[in-house]
Amino acid sequence: MRQEQFEQVYRPLWDELGALLDEMELPRSKRNPDKTRAAAFPTLYRQVCSHYALARSRRFSPALLELLHHLVLRGHRRLYRQRGAWLWRTLDFIGGGFPRALRCHRGYFLLALTSFLLPALLLGLACYVDPDMIYSLMDEQQVAEMESMYDPAGRHPGRSEARSSETDFMMFGFYIFNNIGIGFRTFAGGMLLGVGSLFMLLFNGLVLGGVAGHLTRLGYHDTFWPFVSGHGAFELTAIVICGAAGLMLGHALLAPGQRKRIPALKAAAAEALKLVLGAALMLLAAAFVEAFWSSSTLDAAIKYGVAVLLWALVVFYLVFVGRSRHGSL
Amino acid sequence: MALTEEVDTTRQYEIPEGVLLEFRLAGPLVRASAWAIDAAIRAVLYIVIGLSFSYFGGVGVAIILIALFLIEWFYPVLFEVKSGATPGKKAMGIWVIHDNGTPVTVSASVIRNLLRAVDFMPVMYGFGLLSMLFNREFKRLGDLAAGTLVVYRDNYEKRSELPSRTAERPGVELTESEQQAVLAFAERAPGLSSERRVELAEILNEISGHKGERAVDGIYGYANWLMKGR
Repeated sequence: MRQEQFEQVYRPLWDELGALLDEMELPRSKRNPDKTRAAAFPTLYRQVCSHYALARSRRFSPALLELLHHLVLRGHRRLYRQRGAWLWRTLDFIGGGFPRALRCHRGYFLLALTSFLLPALLLGLACYVDPDMIYSLMDEQQVAEMESMYDPAGRHPGRSEARSSETDFMMFGFYIFNNIGIGFRTFAGGMLLGVGSLFMLLFNGLVLGGVAGHLTRLGYHDTFWPFVSGHGAFELTAIVICGAAGLMLGHALLAPGQRKRIPALKAAAAEALKLVLGAALMLLAAAFVEAFWSSSTLDAAIKYGVAVLLWALVVFYLVFVGRSRHGSL
Repeated sequence: MALTEEVDTTRQYEIPEGVLLEFRLAGPLVRASAWAIDAAIRAVLYIVIGLSFSYFGGVGVAIILIALFLIEWFYPVLFEVKSGATPGKKAMGIWVIHDNGTPVTVSASVIRNLLRAVDFMPVMYGFGLLSMLFNREFKRLGDLAAGTLVVYRDNYEKRSELPSRTAERPGVELTESEQQAVLAFAERAPGLSSERRVELAEILNEISGHKGERAVDGIYGYANWLMKGR
């Protein structure tokens, strides 16, 4: 069959597919349901695919190949697109997908936790014993600022009763901007063979541990610990989870195992993303608690009580939620 | 075909129907231009949001900071999921797709845009550029992990028609690639200047024996013969 004859016979089909695709590519609200003959689409598309293959193998003219290629390209995009049931998938993720993913990769979590907790404990202890230790981490001005922030004398407006609800809102915005950003960067650092994530975990561990040890030594525990203990449940856990996600990327790059490096990275990233998104939600919760609860000037006993509840909640959620009756995860 | 596959920045993907799709990859320069346009748009957004909410005290500052956070991390995600391209990419005629040619999903878009933080290091997309130059598909690190490609949007214009002439059989047997060249010339020639048309057509002087516009008509004749037969 010569090209001219081929075109004459099949052109109506191509025009039909073109018109169908025009209709399907419109936003859902503008589509005319009578024209969207969705049931006919796959058959029509596959016919045109075989026409394209024929036209190529018979060396038909470039312009015809281009026309058919364009139709196939559009059809492929349409047929194999992934539709998201947005709301449902989000709810399913929060209600089990996230903790399941974390338990599935608990090795990374434990490694990240150790990288964070060990330096925190060591430097915390060192700062508790040695008053000068903190200066190995921060300069004098930073230390002075940090000390005045948690000074029980309460001259500083930051944590005193003078703090208004306006400030609470402002800090809420700041915690979202800053803390979730840190979480994302901790994850992204995993792309540098895991070193970036590891660094973020170690560094944050050192700073938080150092500050906690130093302030406790000064006898500021009644201002510091009630403030951090509540939101720490979400915040610290989430940063460690982000670090774990980054370590997954680093592991895939360093030791891809049976796969090639790039496919291994792709697979790891898809899994790691679940951890990052879950951690981002936790950081959102942390920002809320930190801005509106941690800053309140209630009795320390109440705040410790709530902190215990929040930690228990986080542990329960991550360990037990989303287990199926039969499965082990 | 074999040569262009090696030289051209195209990528082929075999779809389940057994045919090859071809994508034209977008290089660092066009992507940098798209980024610059987006950066300008974002700067304007920052200024507008910053100015309009600065009068609302603490709540206003909170809204500014949250908007800053969302724009910094999710501006590209929003547009890529909605239409495949940010306004900057759209202006440059490129868009983001999966390695398999399908529209980019939320998760892939989020991965490639979170990892932008590393691509940006140490300064101005240093790692991103290095990564793009070290793989065949101009992928920055985020694209490698997400399995995405940035390609030119395939804008199909109206098909050029072959000028109709009396079919004429070429004096020699043409190989398949020569046949393709003849057909490609005949279909594209109407868009060329007459001087260029003649210049190209006269390359076949030894076979056709024609000069000037006659040579062009001669090739149209061969093309008609290839397409329609006697």
